[in-house]
Amino acid sequence: MIVYLIRRFGQSLLAIAAMAVLVFLGVYAIGNPVDVLINPEATQAEIAATTERLGLDKPLYEQFGIFVVNMFQGDLGTSFVFGRPAMDVILDRLPATMELAMVALILSVGIGVPLGVWAGLRPDSIAGRTIMGGSILGFSLPNFWQGMLLILVFAVLLGWLPAGGRGTTTEFLGMQVSFLTLDGLSHMILPAINLALFKMSLIIRLTRANTREVVLQDYVKFARAKGISSRRVVMVHILKNIMIPVITIIGLELGSMVAFAIVTETVFAWPGMGKLLIDSINLLDRPVIVAYLMLTVLIIVSINLFVDILYSILDPRVRLSEMKG
Amino acid sequence: MSMSSDQPAAIPARIDHPVKRVFKEFVEDRVAVLGLALFVIVAVIAIAAPWLAPQDPYALAQLDIMDGGLPPGEQSFGTGQTYWLGTDTQGRDMLSAIMYGLRISLVVAFVSLGIAISIGVIVGVAAAYFGGRFDAFVMRIVDLQLSFPAILIALILLALFGRGVDKVILALVIVQWAYYARTVRSSAIVERRKDYIDAARCLALSHRRIMFRHLLPNCVPPLIVVATVQIAQAIALEATLSFLGVGVPITEPSLGLLIANGYDYLLSGRYWISLFPGIALVLTIIGLNLVGDRLRDVLNPRLQK
Repeated sequence: MIVYLIRRFGQSLLAIAAMAVLVFLGVYAIGNPVDVLINPEATQAEIAATTERLGLDKPLYEQFGIFVVNMFQGDLGTSFVFGRPAMDVILDRLPATMELAMVALILSVGIGVPLGVWAGLRPDSIAGRTIMGGSILGFSLPNFWQGMLLILVFAVLLGWLPAGGRGTTTEFLGMQVSFLTLDGLSHMILPAINLALFKMSLIIRLTRANTREVVLQDYVKFARAKGISSRRVVMVHILKNIMIPVITIIGLELGSMVAFAIVTETVFAWPGMGKLLIDSINLLDRPVIVAYLMLTVLIIVSINLFVDILYSILDPRVRLSEMKG
Repeated sequence: MSMSSDQPAAIPARIDHPVKRVFKEFVEDRVAVLGLALFVIVAVIAIAAPWLAPQDPYALAQLDIMDGGLPPGEQSFGTGQTYWLGTDTQGRDMLSAIMYGLRISLVVAFVSLGIAISIGVIVGVAAAYFGGRFDAFVMRIVDLQLSFPAILIALILLALFGRGVDKVILALVIVQWAYYARTVRSSAIVERRKDYIDAARCLALSHRRIMFRHLLPNCVPPLIVVATVQIAQAIALEATLSFLGVGVPITEPSLGLLIANGYDYLLSGRYWISLFPGIALVLTIIGLNLVGDRLRDVLNPRLQK
C-alpha cells in the first residue's frame, strides 16, 4: 500500500511539474503585456522602465527560475492589471466558483442518481425512455447556448430570476457566499442549473447502465426471491453496488466542473475564477493566467489523487494491478 | 458463430458482410435513423450553402443597414425579400448566415477529426504492437492529457496561438488525438495476442503491414463509436471557444460566433440572432449523438445477437 501511495504521489508531482513548464512556456509566448498596459503615447524610456519593473527584460530561463522559486513560496507574480499578487486576485474569486460548482454538483447527483436508477429499473417504460431522451438533450446542448436560453426564458421573457451577477453575499467561514441570502440564491439558481445539466446527463447514463447490470446479478434475484421489499432491494442491494463507479466519476467530474464553470461564469457574469481567466486572457494579464492554471491543475491533480487512493482502498484489485504494471 | 468443421452437413445461415449487418441493425432503431437523417440534412445544407442561401451574408454590398435587427418573417425595406429568421444588427439575413456558419463549424470539426484520428491511430497501434517503454511513455502522456478537461487545454492553446480557423483546428487536434490513441491501443492490445497476428509474424511480414493491414481493421468498431461522439464534442467545443472569443475570427463566423454576436442583444429581446444559430448547432450535435448512441449498441460485440 505504501509503495502504491508513494508511486501515485510521485506521478501527481510529475503531472504538476509538467504542467508548470508547459504553462510557463505557453503563457510566455502570448504577446507582450507591456503593449496592452502602457499608454500608447509612452516614451521609449517609460516602456523600458515598465518592462524592467515587470521583470520581462530578463532571459527566459531566468524568468522560469524566478517563477519556480516564487511558486514554492506561494508567489505567482503580481497581476499587471490589478497591481496585487495574482494569487490573491484568484483566491478572492475562488469562493464564488467553488460555491457554484458545489451547488451544481449537489444538483446533478441529487437529481441524476434517482433518475438514472429509475431508468435502469424500467429501461423500456415511457418514463425510462423519456429520461434517456432528456439526457441526450442535456448532452447535446452546448453549455453556453443553454445558459442563454435559460436567461432568455427565465430572465427576459418571464422576468422571474436575475440574468447575471452574484447578488447579495454574506460572510460565511470567512468567505463571501451567496447561498445564505434570498437574493444571492435567486442569482445562483440559473448558473447552477446550467452547470449541473451536463453532469446530470452523464450521471443519469452511468447510473442507468450500472443499474441494468446490477439488476441481473444473482444476489439481486436472490434478495427478491427471499421476499425482501423491492424498495429495500433498490435502496440497499442495488444502490450500494452502483455507487462505487458513480462516486469515482463524481470525484473526477468535480475537477472538470471548475473548468466548465468558465463558460457558465462568462454567460451569467458570475464573478468567479473562470470569468477572471477570460478577462485576463483578453488583457494579457500573464501572472493571473498562470496563477489560475496552476491552481486549477493543483485542484484537479489532488482530486484525481484522492479518488484513486479512495478507490484502491475500496477495491484492492486496482492497487495490485497498478503495482504490477 | 463459427461452425466446427466436422459438421459439413449443416449449411450455415448466410452470414452478412459486417457493414451490411451493422446497417441492418442500425435502421431497426427509428430514433437513430432520425438522427442520421438530421445529420445528413445539415451536412447537405452546409455543403450547398452558396446555392441554397438567399443571400451571400459576407458580400457587404448585398447588406442594407436599414434592414438591421428585423424580427423573423419581416420583409426587407429595399428588395422586399422575406427574412424568415430575421436579420442581425447589420441587416444580414440570419438564415444565410447560419448556412454559411454551419459550413465553417463542420469544416473545423471534420478536418480536426481526420488529423486527430490519423495521429491517434498510428500512435495507438504502434504503442500496442511494440509495447514496452514506448507504450508506457505514450500512455503516460495520454493519461496526463486526459486528466485535464478538454475545454481548459483548448482554451489555453488558443490564448497562446491567437484566433484563426487553422489555429482552432490545431487546438482541437491536440485535444482529441489522445482519445483515439487510447481507444485504438486498448482494442489493439487484445487483438495483438491473437493467433492471426502470430501467423502474420511467422510470414515475416513487415511491422507496418501487420500493424495497419492486420491489427488496425480489427480495432475499427470502437473507433467509429468514439469518433461519432467526439465529432459532436468537437463541434460543441469549437462553438464554445468561438463564443468565449478565442476561436474563429470575425471574418469567418461559425455558429458559435453567430451566437456570441447575438448575446449582447439577448437582454433587449432580439432573441433570434442567438436562438436560431443555436438551434442549428443543437440539431447537428443531437443528430450525431443519436447515431453514436445506436452505433455503440450495434457495434458492441457483447450485445450482438
